[in-house]
Amino acid sequence: MTYIRPTFRHPNLPKNKINYTKKDYEGALSTLCAGCGHDSISGAIIQACFELAIEPHRLAKLSGIGCSSKTPAYFLGNSHGFNSVHGRMPSVATGAYLANRDLVYFGVSGDGDSASIGMGQFVHAIRRNLNMTYIVMNNGCYGLTKGQDSATADAGSISKAGSTNLFNAIDLVGLGLELGATFIARSFSGDKTQLIPLIKAAMSHPGFALIDVISPCVTFNNNTGSTKSYDYVREHIEATSTIDFVPTMEEITTSYEEGDSKEVALHDGSVLNLQKLNQGWNPEDKLSAMIALQNAKTKGEILTGLIYIEPKTQSLHEVLGTCETPLNELKEDLLCPGQDALEALNQSLR
Amino acid sequence: MEPTNVNDPEYYHKVVDCQYACPAHTPVPEYIRLIAAERYTEAYMINWESNVFPGVLGRTCDRPCEPACRRGRVEEEPVAICRLKRVAADNKGDVKNLIPKAPKQGNGKKVALIGAGPASLTVARDLAPLGYEIHVFDEQIKGGGMMRSQIPSFRLPEAVLDEEVNNILDMGIHTHFKTYVSSLKDVLAKDYDAVFVGTGAPRGRDLSDLQGRKEGAANIHIGIEWLASVAFEHTSKIGKNVIVLGGGNTAMDCCRTSRRLGGENVKVVVRSPFTEMKASPWEKEDAMHEDIPILDNHVPKSFVVENGQLKGMTFEKVHAVYDEKGKRSLVSTGEDHVFIEADDVLVAIGQENSFPWIERDLGIEFDKWEMPKVDAVTFQSTNPKVFFGGDAALGPKNVITAVAQGHQGAISIDLFCQGKSLADRPAPFTNLISQKMGIHEWSYDSVVANDHRFVVAQADKTITLKDRKKEVELGFNKLEGFKEAQRCLNCDVQTVFTVNRCIECDACMDICPTSCITFTDNGTEEDLRTRLMAPALNLEQDLLVSGTLATGRVMVKDEDVCLHCGLCAERCPTSAWDMQKFFYNVTKAHHGCQTA
Repeated sequence: MTYIRPTFRHPNLPKNKINYTKKDYEGALSTLCAGCGHDSISGAIIQACFELAIEPHRLAKLSGIGCSSKTPAYFLGNSHGFNSVHGRMPSVATGAYLANRDLVYFGVSGDGDSASIGMGQFVHAIRRNLNMTYIVMNNGCYGLTKGQDSATADAGSISKAGSTNLFNAIDLVGLGLELGATFIARSFSGDKTQLIPLIKAAMSHPGFALIDVISPCVTFNNNTGSTKSYDYVREHIEATSTIDFVPTMEEITTSYEEGDSKEVALHDGSVLNLQKLNQGWNPEDKLSAMIALQNAKTKGEILTGLIYIEPKTQSLHEVLGTCETPLNELKEDLLCPGQDALEALNQSLR
Repeated sequence: MEPTNVNDPEYYHKVVDCQYACPAHTPVPEYIRLIAAERYTEAYMINWESNVFPGVLGRTCDRPCEPACRRGRVEEEPVAICRLKRVAADNKGDVKNLIPKAPKQGNGKKVALIGAGPASLTVARDLAPLGYEIHVFDEQIKGGGMMRSQIPSFRLPEAVLDEEVNNILDMGIHTHFKTYVSSLKDVLAKDYDAVFVGTGAPRGRDLSDLQGRKEGAANIHIGIEWLASVAFEHTSKIGKNVIVLGGGNTAMDCCRTSRRLGGENVKVVVRSPFTEMKASPWEKEDAMHEDIPILDNHVPKSFVVENGQLKGMTFEKVHAVYDEKGKRSLVSTGEDHVFIEADDVLVAIGQENSFPWIERDLGIEFDKWEMPKVDAVTFQSTNPKVFFGGDAALGPKNVITAVAQGHQGAISIDLFCQGKSLADRPAPFTNLISQKMGIHEWSYDSVVANDHRFVVAQADKTITLKDRKKEVELGFNKLEGFKEAQRCLNCDVQTVFTVNRCIECDACMDICPTSCITFTDNGTEEDLRTRLMAPALNLEQDLLVSGTLATGRVMVKDEDVCLHCGLCAERCPTSAWDMQKFFYNVTKAHHGCQTA
């Protein structure tokens, strides 16, 4: 039996800037079904964090309940983690973010966790523009309870049991655009060349970064007639652009023909290099993003890639003007400055 | 790259590094698993079918398999394959009834084997059960050849050798011991259908031109002759101060034997640097463990003889210099010559072939080094009736090579006697079977053990140095044998990929602990090797490349450090990956391989 992963790794594993190999970003062995799209996304997260050379102890993973929300156990085993109540991850993330703005926040949710039970929380996290990456592992079904249609299942999609879904899907990308999310992307678990740079860009974005990742459920939603199967997604996938994430201080070597390429400078100095495939779309223009999204929907295509970005956004801390020091580092002399400070304060209010 | 042709039996064979490196291609992982299952007799018989002398080789093999072992690329030390073979031999049950006998009715063909060493005995074993009447000639009183005369009893107990030699002779072989063959012409004049020459490399090299060699002759001995003389109990003592010249395994056997015959101050003196000595590292360690210093970079200059008595030797100190092609030359350090005291000197600086008994008018062509011209595949000489094998064929190597050549010689002799073409070699036997038992179950132990190589215990040297017949190595006990066997990575359980089942979910690529699997765009091999999850720098290891997948990509697997843990197959939702056991066995001479 191989529940046990061997401890040996490739002797020539590449190292990143801080001298870590990918092994330092791994988690426990997954217990999800063999071939689950979620495991691919975990693999992409590991690769993105490795390439960004994030120190694992500077990152907090947050999740709710569901197959998707189990995955933080399977990546970044040396990072902080909080597995919250179903759909309540955004509240926990908000609290954690307000208490300590120095950590990198990584939220993982699913279509049930975000589009059904946690919808009320999800929309407020967007509205408040928390500085976090929010990945929805979207398989269009409730895999943990044997594959019932979820709120993101497309109308007309046929379940493994043979029944047709009668209700329209909630499009999390459209919802995010409407609510003013400042980084919105869609991707596919089976396309790591697109997903990894998107995750890296999302983690470099200073506000709320939503990535809706279509992630086939191999056990309950990979059948003919499903619109979230590997085959269906591959046949209907379209991309706004190809995407290169160029970290800070690195020379841009790829060159594109004029008119088709677009560079987006992120606030930390890194650059997104986009090779546009979708005419008339501009990632910094919300209207063009909405039009591209609706056009694709009309044609029955699944639009992926970066959809919209507002690079110079203000995160919640900046909006509220809160204290820069994490609360756990505030010492008593600052928190209780004494009688004189109180007097001075009272005086200022008279 | 083109999709890998896995139908070529050599592709998967090469993945089984140990078996591929073994001259006889013994199915190593197969017998190691049997040892772990305490099925020692079966493990022994797999060895016996392939290498004929498992008990001997489990103690003395040159182990070309171990440097090749994948475990050595993943962690520090390879699996102790050789000593596991001994575990099988030590713990086996009765194998007599498993060993074939010659049929009552012969096939009417007679074959003469000159020399009773490992090559000849292998030919005898392969041909006797087919009905051949086998006649073995040897000048010694017993069979075994250099396994008996040159491997000391403290490394190879006589009882172990006797048993394995007799297993063959008891098949109904006609033995002619104490019979020195002095003329091949006489042998060919008799009614043999074929003659096999397995006379080894019997002549030890000497330092004939060195000053004092003649005067000190009484106390200067040729290593292999001296070892034979000890083995057959003609020699039982040596002086207190002994110099052994040479850096090969014979030198190691000479110095350790000297320690047991009265040598108190025994030194090995060698021309080359220590790291470049020909002796196996473990044999050097064993010698040093018995308080024998190895003086490297010393070139012998003269034997010092006073009043007809050997007093010692002088040496020039040198250091190695390498030119841009890496060719070594030994250059004097300019220091004064060193004198080393000695009562006896053993010269173990190599051995050569010697065929004074083969007339040069028998149609056997010899080259300028006085070596017979022998076909490296069929082992036939330019006289179609005469075959060579072992050290006599292509120069001195080792026991396992002699056995491998013996097998091929036997096939050739069989084809020759049946009037068939010798070029028609039988194909290897191969088999590829899925090991899947259930969702998380395989019929092999797929968990990779983390243990480091276990050390084989040795008997106390206060005892072993007193008795040259007392075996030094105690061998693994059953528990140690089990644990060491668990270190084997089961490289014969192959990762078999079926391209049209793959849905490209990436699960295998994500789970692979050693980053062997990559899905990427196709390219040339040179280009692909740089674009994988981890660079494929070991060019000796192949890439397994699939046909084109639905997305236009290909699956590329670097075989180099695959742990054969089965996680790729376990995480595969469609069984595009499967773990399948590949059994590869070199076909021996047998009538099943003939068409009529």
